[in-house]
Amino acid sequence: MALKIVKGSIDRMFDKNLQDLVRGIRNHKEDEAKYISTCIDEIKQELKQDNIAVKANAVCKLTYLQMLGYDVSWAAFNIVEVMSSSKFTYKRIGYLAASQCFHESTDVIMLTTNQIRKDLSSPNQYDTGVALTGLSCFVTPDLARDLANDIMTLMSHTKPYIRKKAVLIMYKVFLKYPESLRPAFPRLKEKLEDPDPGVQSAAVNVICELARRNPKNYLSLAPLFFKLMTSSTNNWVLIKIIKLFGALTPLEPRLGKKLIEPLTNLIHSTSAMSLLYECVNTVIAVLISLSSGMPNHSASIQLCVQKLRILIEDSDQNCEPSVNACMKYLGLLAMSKILKTHPKSVQSHKDLILQCLDDKDESIRLRALDLLYGMVSKKNLMEIVKKLMLHVDKAEGTTYRDELLTKIIDICSQSNYQYITNFEWYISILVELTRLEGTRHGHLIASQMLDVAIRVKAIRVFAVAQMATLLDNAHLLTGNVQRKGICEVLYAAAWICGEFSEHLDNPTQTLEAMLRPKVATLPGHIQAVYVQNAAKLFATILKSQEGNTDSTAAQETSQLMIDRLPLFVQSANLEVQERASCILQLVKYIQKLQQKDVEIAEEVIALFAGELNPVAPKAQKKVPVPEGLDLDAWINEPPSESESEDEQPRAIFAKEEPKHSRPRHTEVDEKELAKRREARKQEQANNPFYIKSSPSSQKVYQEAPGVEHIPVVQIDLSVPLKVPVFCPTGLPMSDQYVKLEEERRQKDKAEKKKKEKKKRKEKRSGRGKRHDSGPESEEDITPAHMVDIVTEEMPENALPSDDDDKDPNDPHKALDIDLDKPLADSEKLPVRSHRAAEVLKSPAQDGDAESAVSQETKKKSSKEKREKKKDKDRDRKKSKEDKKKKKKKHKSEEKGEDLLGGQEDGPVGQSEETSEVAAQPTSTTAEVSDLDFWLSNAPVPSNTQEAATVAAAEAAPVSELASGTAPDSEPDEPKDTETEETKSSKHKKKKQKKEKEEKEKKKKKKHHHHHHHSDGGGEESVQNGTVEEEEPLPPMSNYCLLAENSYIKMMMEDADQVNDIQGNLQDGSQVVVSVIFENKCDSFLKSMEFNVLDSLNSKLQRPEGSGPHDGLTVPFQLPPGVSNEARFVFTMQSIIMPQKLKGTLTFIVKNEDSSTHEKLDFKLHFTCTSYLITTPCYSDAFAKLLESGDLKCSSVKLEGVVMPFHHLLARICFRHHFSVVERIDSCASMYSRSIQDHHVCLLVKTSGQTVSIDAKCDEPTLLGNVLDEIKQTFSQC
Amino acid sequence: MIKAILIFNNHGKPRLSKFYEHYNEDIEQQIIRETFHLVSKRDENVCNFLEGGMLIGGSDYKLIYRHYATLYFVFCVDSSESELGILDLIQVFVETLDKCFENVCELDLIFHVDKVHNILAEMVMGGMVLETNMNEIITQVDAQNKMEKSEVRLTLPVHYFYLSVYQAGQVDTGRYCRSACSCRISCKEHEPPGNAQKHQHW
Repeated sequence: MALKIVKGSIDRMFDKNLQDLVRGIRNHKEDEAKYISTCIDEIKQELKQDNIAVKANAVCKLTYLQMLGYDVSWAAFNIVEVMSSSKFTYKRIGYLAASQCFHESTDVIMLTTNQIRKDLSSPNQYDTGVALTGLSCFVTPDLARDLANDIMTLMSHTKPYIRKKAVLIMYKVFLKYPESLRPAFPRLKEKLEDPDPGVQSAAVNVICELARRNPKNYLSLAPLFFKLMTSSTNNWVLIKIIKLFGALTPLEPRLGKKLIEPLTNLIHSTSAMSLLYECVNTVIAVLISLSSGMPNHSASIQLCVQKLRILIEDSDQNCEPSVNACMKYLGLLAMSKILKTHPKSVQSHKDLILQCLDDKDESIRLRALDLLYGMVSKKNLMEIVKKLMLHVDKAEGTTYRDELLTKIIDICSQSNYQYITNFEWYISILVELTRLEGTRHGHLIASQMLDVAIRVKAIRVFAVAQMATLLDNAHLLTGNVQRKGICEVLYAAAWICGEFSEHLDNPTQTLEAMLRPKVATLPGHIQAVYVQNAAKLFATILKSQEGNTDSTAAQETSQLMIDRLPLFVQSANLEVQERASCILQLVKYIQKLQQKDVEIAEEVIALFAGELNPVAPKAQKKVPVPEGLDLDAWINEPPSESESEDEQPRAIFAKEEPKHSRPRHTEVDEKELAKRREARKQEQANNPFYIKSSPSSQKVYQEAPGVEHIPVVQIDLSVPLKVPVFCPTGLPMSDQYVKLEEERRQKDKAEKKKKEKKKRKEKRSGRGKRHDSGPESEEDITPAHMVDIVTEEMPENALPSDDDDKDPNDPHKALDIDLDKPLADSEKLPVRSHRAAEVLKSPAQDGDAESAVSQETKKKSSKEKREKKKDKDRDRKKSKEDKKKKKKKHKSEEKGEDLLGGQEDGPVGQSEETSEVAAQPTSTTAEVSDLDFWLSNAPVPSNTQEAATVAAAEAAPVSELASGTAPDSEPDEPKDTETEETKSSKHKKKKQKKEKEEKEKKKKKKHHHHHHHSDGGGEESVQNGTVEEEEPLPPMSNYCLLAENSYIKMMMEDADQVNDIQGNLQDGSQVVVSVIFENKCDSFLKSMEFNVLDSLNSKLQRPEGSGPHDGLTVPFQLPPGVSNEARFVFTMQSIIMPQKLKGTLTFIVKNEDSSTHEKLDFKLHFTCTSYLITTPCYSDAFAKLLESGDLKCSSVKLEGVVMPFHHLLARICFRHHFSVVERIDSCASMYSRSIQDHHVCLLVKTSGQTVSIDAKCDEPTLLGNVLDEIKQTFSQC
Repeated sequence: MIKAILIFNNHGKPRLSKFYEHYNEDIEQQIIRETFHLVSKRDENVCNFLEGGMLIGGSDYKLIYRHYATLYFVFCVDSSESELGILDLIQVFVETLDKCFENVCELDLIFHVDKVHNILAEMVMGGMVLETNMNEIITQVDAQNKMEKSEVRLTLPVHYFYLSVYQAGQVDTGRYCRSACSCRISCKEHEPPGNAQKHQHW
């Protein structure tokens, strides 16, 4: 043995370890790659050995190589092996490697689930820690789902080291498995008040990260965070909290008022710069949120800006220069926040910002640039852009220059060119920008050119002239290889010259420029534009030349085209080639006609007739789908799968259509076709988005008064349009415009003054001087041209909205979950199911005879059940609904029940219990109003009135509670009128709703009580000595959210079962699922179809004749705000394991004018519990059943259950469909039966906080799963 | 959230790379190169924040870095992190390294990248800051190393230790020797007491 070890270690001596590897790489500088490849070969050998130490060493080296950029995913399996070593040393190596190179598509990751689970529950805290750390890097949705429950338990681990890691990793779990957020949130919230500061910090971290994306859901935590903020001393935690408050204040201005004081305290007391800065930042956010309503706060904003200015300007001599630079940067950053809401206050510091543009630090320059964007006005735009242009010339790095370029364009084009007074200047700026070397943003300049030329009609003449020059000097742009990006500009130039060719001075020259052989070196898409626009130009030239008596000029032009186009016909680019050959043939034909002296210019020009209007970016999306058009429906029946597989390769060429579709085409006769064509034309004529083919020749739009939806521009030629294009002085052209503009403005001003003087003279009698010669205001500057910007087109009735801007792939969207709602039953985290088999101990007794007792119960129950079923269902549902609504009302209602139920233990014990239970729901649900109350304490006088109303509103339900025993008297609540006065905050709405519910409930109450009273025996689990009626049960609901979107909400009732008629068992059993559909939008929902992807084990029952993939039509439609319930039957083969089915609901959302097809995906969970039926059982029958010996037993222990025993029993009865057979003190026997007639017997004992459940069942797997589910139920409370 | 933590030297050689989001190896290298390119051309006394790494993140992300002697420590973070807070965190990280390695220098990081990872894992987990208290970090790192040592001692025969010291001494300078042996075996038993003090963390 010893020899073996020695031998192993001698083997290992010759292996390289990590240090040897590093050293080797350093010694092989010249042939590093070769050396590493030999090392990798060695590693591969080492990985093949059985010795785990050798493997771990190899994996360790691989981790290093991964950092150097080598792909090591091939060793993923070996990494898993090392991870599962029992030694911490190796485990750590394995997890490190996994965290560096595993990701979602690593397939071996699914092998790790059990290993990780084992490590998580390891007695060694560092095993757990290392597993958590690793998992945080490579958690996948599957891992998150499978391990969520384990991690949640770790959140209450005894060691703070584990707790903090478990808390932190929950964020990753939430991201991957959003369903876990609601069940885990209460515990997470608890951890905010953990005694260990590290755990606390982790919890703050996670909640801040969650709240950053969906702040409104976390508003109710504000009081707790406030408490933390005033008590914590950990700067890191404070920073996080303060940052979070910065995100919350915009949602709740009252919060801001409360915050100001503690924040100022912190600012004065802290020595940490980081904390100070975040405080200032949040104060700014608070001020912004406050001042949006009240103007008097703008003074404090001014103050803030002043302070920030000092931060930016002042450099503290005592600090390192880099610290000063950091503060400067952060000052600018904070200023940009103010800029968004208070541009005026920042604008006065333009000088400082411009100064920062000269800073040597690029980060600071970029920040300043960002600020500039918000500072421009009509007055200073030219000046600022001029300054930026200087920077463009100076800038050395391309990234910064590109940034400058985009900023110039952003600044100029912002809010629809609002600040541009002179578009000639802007065009010349754009042209100047084309001189930039090596920029990536050619396309940006090009699109600006196009946009301006299309939308500003007055500028077209000028733009065309400029573009013609650009085309003429195209060689300057394309000459250099480095200038690839900029040649995009030629795309715009060619298009503008072609489209607006009537403005060209010398079209022939431009045409020639466009057909130069050099053009063939441009990228394909630009060549295509060249060719097409050459044709447009050609048409214009023809038109102008045809009037002449001499036809040779026209013929020469045609000849030019015919000579030059073949170059493009040979192009490798399909688009270019196709266009060129088309146009070439056309010109040849034209030439033929020309030779016959036929006038053809009109016809040629008609080819390109029509005005192109700009269309808004989202217009296409907003076009409503016409009614009756189902875009998802197949036009032709889809070929069957096997066929389509065969045909796919051929389908590239559309010619080969499936044969069967042919005859259909021929069936349509000519008349029908003509009719359709007519109809289509009619439709197109009414459709503004269809480019009409009418020959209205809008090219000459001055003569076309027909289409008046485009505003026509009046050109005010107060400025000479002609500016020498290439000026000899070397002064950039745009500068000349700046000069001209200044002159013009001065002239304007002088004129205005003159006029004013006149006016003043006339108006002397009234006010003295109103128009002071104060600072020139925005309005004083009249634009050079009356510029009508053609607005972008949108479909009628479509409003430009931002709702579709959100990224649907954002993982945080899924985490937008209401956390204040009480937790529903089915939301619990999935618990592992396969472990139970290990625990199982078979008594191994042969008892073949099915006990007569069970037979008896079965018969009885099935009979009873059918009778009861209807009753029960209705009853149960109602009680569930009621329970859901209970909330505050809970207490008084329970009391009422007690009175009627009349089974009292003793007045003292009872009242104790009621208060105990009642306290729980109020504390959770009253949180929202707590926040209101907390906020209303804000010591600001302007708020007191509001606070008073809030308090009054809160008092209302309380008084109601007091009078709750008189159900019929509905007090007239003053609240409804009050809430109208108060600002409509979200919480109040909620409260109102709650109250409404309460009212409804009162009406129902009588009825409800009656029920309880009369069919006490029919109530679930009340056969013999079950849960006593007097016990107030905490609210329990079996309805859980299935899926939800903006249109519809689906709630599922925990699968409700029907035992099929006896003898039908071989066909499997049926489970009925009730789904409530609730319409949440303002539109009508119809044609709902419910479909579920069948699994091997479970199938949705569909009507006869429908295929296995067809959906079921939901038998109703939903008007807005209405909800209805539908039931679906599923057939199950085996019920011993929980099931999960994927499904889809499709429906049509119908508005007045449109209807859209929508889809909602959901997942149906069938827990094993849902296969159980509450079946009563007599104690003697129960005893016989247990004695029969054919039941296998299993047990489970629950720790830390603090609820009273009868609550516990009630919970098991309700959640898991058991009935109590017998209860003696703190011990009870329970029974339930599955739909496939498995008996499940429980013996529940409790001592202190420990509950032990011994269970017996004839199907061990089922039992294991049921026990796991029970455990799950209690781990959540 | 922290998206990535990079350490590289003045020549752009990576000494540690930790990405909290998956990229393939080529892109990782490209990010390291680009980040180095951005950071290295900046003056010493300009600010420590940088925007516009195109490959990583986007407009919401910033590079926050510090330059120590031959090494750059770069954190790529989003807007939920406080800029100055992260600068402090880098300081804590470096001080922790200094404590654990005893006058940390680039060579320590070169030869013990796994240990740097282990230290980092106690500070940042899955892109979120786990612990900022240096003493707590060191306690946990030490406890884990102690555990590792106790395991190693069980399996490694003594002569292996001598051999490795011998080998290391032949190839490299004494400094490398220290780094080579210190990680494999507890130095307390086999080295003179003066040195043992130095290596107690490993």
